[in-house]
Amino acid sequence: MQEAMIKRAKELLADGTVDRVMGWKKGEFFYDHTPAVFTTAQELDDSFVCDDFTSANLSKYLIKETIKDGKILAFLKPCDTYSFNQLVKEYRIDREKVYVIGIPGGPKLDVEKIKSKGITGILNVRNENYTLKIETLYGISEMPFYEAISVKCESCKSKKHVVYDELIGEDGEVLDSNRFDMVEKLENMTSQERYDFWRSELSKCIRCNACRTVCPACTCEKCVFENPDSGIENKAAADSFEENMFHIIRAFHVAGRCTDCGECSRVCPENIPLHLLNRKFIKDINDLYGTYQAGENTTDKAPLNDYKMDDCEASIVHERGAE
Amino acid sequence: MQVNNNNEFQPLIVAFCCNWCSYAGADLSGTNRLNYPTNVKIIRVPCSCRVNPMFILRAFQRGADGVILCGCHPGDCHYTSGNYFTRRRMTLLFSMLDFLGIERDRTRVEWVSAAEGAKFAATMNEFTEAVRKLGPNRRLEDLRCRKQ
Amino acid sequence: MLRKITAAKLDQLFEAISGKQTLYIPTDREDGAAEFRKYESGMKLSNALNTVRSAKDFFFPQTENLAAFKMEGKKIEVKDIRKECEDFVIFGVRACDARSFDILDKVYLVDPVDSFYKNRRDHGTVVTMACTRPAETCFCTAFGINPTMPGGDVTAFPVGDGFFFMANTEKGEKFLAEIDHLLEDGDLSRLADVQENTRNILKKLPLANLSTDSFGGDKLNELFNSDKWAGLSESCIGCGTCTFVCPTCQCYDIKDFNTGDGIVRFRCWDSCMYSDFTKMAHGNPRVSQLERFRQRFMHKLVYFPSNNNGEFSCVGCGRCLQKCPISMNIVKVMKALEVK
Repeated sequence: MQEAMIKRAKELLADGTVDRVMGWKKGEFFYDHTPAVFTTAQELDDSFVCDDFTSANLSKYLIKETIKDGKILAFLKPCDTYSFNQLVKEYRIDREKVYVIGIPGGPKLDVEKIKSKGITGILNVRNENYTLKIETLYGISEMPFYEAISVKCESCKSKKHVVYDELIGEDGEVLDSNRFDMVEKLENMTSQERYDFWRSELSKCIRCNACRTVCPACTCEKCVFENPDSGIENKAAADSFEENMFHIIRAFHVAGRCTDCGECSRVCPENIPLHLLNRKFIKDINDLYGTYQAGENTTDKAPLNDYKMDDCEASIVHERGAE
Repeated sequence: MQVNNNNEFQPLIVAFCCNWCSYAGADLSGTNRLNYPTNVKIIRVPCSCRVNPMFILRAFQRGADGVILCGCHPGDCHYTSGNYFTRRRMTLLFSMLDFLGIERDRTRVEWVSAAEGAKFAATMNEFTEAVRKLGPNRRLEDLRCRKQ
Repeated sequence: MLRKITAAKLDQLFEAISGKQTLYIPTDREDGAAEFRKYESGMKLSNALNTVRSAKDFFFPQTENLAAFKMEGKKIEVKDIRKECEDFVIFGVRACDARSFDILDKVYLVDPVDSFYKNRRDHGTVVTMACTRPAETCFCTAFGINPTMPGGDVTAFPVGDGFFFMANTEKGEKFLAEIDHLLEDGDLSRLADVQENTRNILKKLPLANLSTDSFGGDKLNELFNSDKWAGLSESCIGCGTCTFVCPTCQCYDIKDFNTGDGIVRFRCWDSCMYSDFTKMAHGNPRVSQLERFRQRFMHKLVYFPSNNNGEFSCVGCGRCLQKCPISMNIVKVMKALEVK
């Protein structure tokens, strides 16, 4: 896969179709790859990588890249193509300046998941029949492949590329995923249980803003939380109210625009399941206003920019779920 | 939250009222000498659609125990469609608050026209009682703002 | 003579300490990560090498109220809302985090002394824990830290079936005297074996040969003007993860909060990665992410040593290596800027 990608990228660079390539650059270890822009064949040969650990979504970088002159080649996984489409729809990415090559998606691995099993000093990982053989400073460890997959890949919604100029590998299908199971489980708890669950999760938040900054739907030039004129600017949550407020507003601002790419949960240093907040909005929108998938195309009206005369009343919240 | 002379809990209710309907509805209930609780503090907005989620959260932060949003009946919006957007937006917000374990009876949307002074008074009486039963807002409270 | 506690008596030890003062220990969370928590009966000491948040939180919390104001007419009343700090013990601090306290001391205990910080330092007893299983992301030795011999008031040395304790300060001696009834004499040769074993692993770490030779206060111009920064900072998304999990990042912002009834003045951590960092009346001195990114690493590798006799303000704990959303970190920066 990686070889095919490098080969194709070199061809497109050579024939002048593109002058830059957006991909991932090899890290210090086998797992810490950084999104990067490549401009020469030499750079591609030296450090381009695509493997089980290239989980970062590249779409958001294309906002910055398409402001520049020239055309850029971007390798997008199925989930990344949804983010890409959504950004095109919101006029944040200039579609003409990107050459999209769709590549197969995950499941991608997360080294933190391996470490959470107490495995440390990790030097290398091999996937043998969906068992990970983990070479460490302290000997060889093993764990099932599926226990190490990134939180964003745990309930994949689609293997289908919704936009591309060409594909490497085969296109997949929209999957019948179980992504709303956890949301449903929470909905069926009592209000006190839900409150306790979210307090224990959100109180871990250190307000690093990684969830917001990495989110392909969060593209404001200046976030309300950084704007002193907004009246709610803050750099750290001084109490539980501000913890709740940040996460409600963050999720609300991307409601109807969130493609459920899962980057927020992937990057959270405290492992807060932030995607559940986004999925709650997605589930509500699906249930109340008809199934909607952000980023599926560039034409559908976003659910919060739209209405129907016979929409349900807000009091429906009282009638749904437990207690 | 407030406490009266008998040390009883007095809920603080913030009501966002649309200038073109419920704000006039409140006036009408006054001129008709209908009673509604003094716990209700009205904030006039040009349209119910002016209220963004931050307003609701801000009200809770500063000590509200319940927040109600009143606008024109669907189809009657002064700006044609503002209240339709409000309806979707608040439905999702209230659902999210409920999801986070905030008591769902602390928030409400009600459509009250300028001619419905009686409905305004009845709604406020009923909502205030519902919030009174819930007790003080603790789950979405900013401790720094608690009155000493 | 070092005295030892057997692993079976560890719970008794924690009970004894927490009976007298607040005790914090690293413990495993449900998600497998470790964090320092206030000890409660039954809590187990984590085996993890490092906590997600560093131990600096105990001396330099993320938010802290400084003062409150109340206005009536033209009168302003200023209230001291500092809370009384009680004695506390942090158990199980690693060598890297222990060194970070020395670095923070150089910032907050020099004139003008930060009384909030000093108050906590005076009341806190630090019990460090020697490392036996360093991770691939560790590079504390590059900064002259010996993880088999961490600092702090008391050092604990794990030896499989228990821990040896060594007091390093007066506070530490007092601490050990109070728990002496739980300690016993042990075979010190085992400790030497464990340390030897750890030293061998340290030599094999992937980052064992990381060099700081190309950095320091005297290299300001060539490093600042390096053309490598553009490439390094290109993918930085500008979040504050690295700064907030870092044990030595010490910048803060002071803000006022209007409670509706008065003003609370508080300080909170700030991050040089944020667009409004050190924003002044005229605007922002660092307008691009490149400049902000450069500031963080220049501070750790050039500005700090320049002001502190060559001491770097990185302790090699590896948290930024593990937590950066896009895996850009100080090791990659050092390797890229290194003069071979």
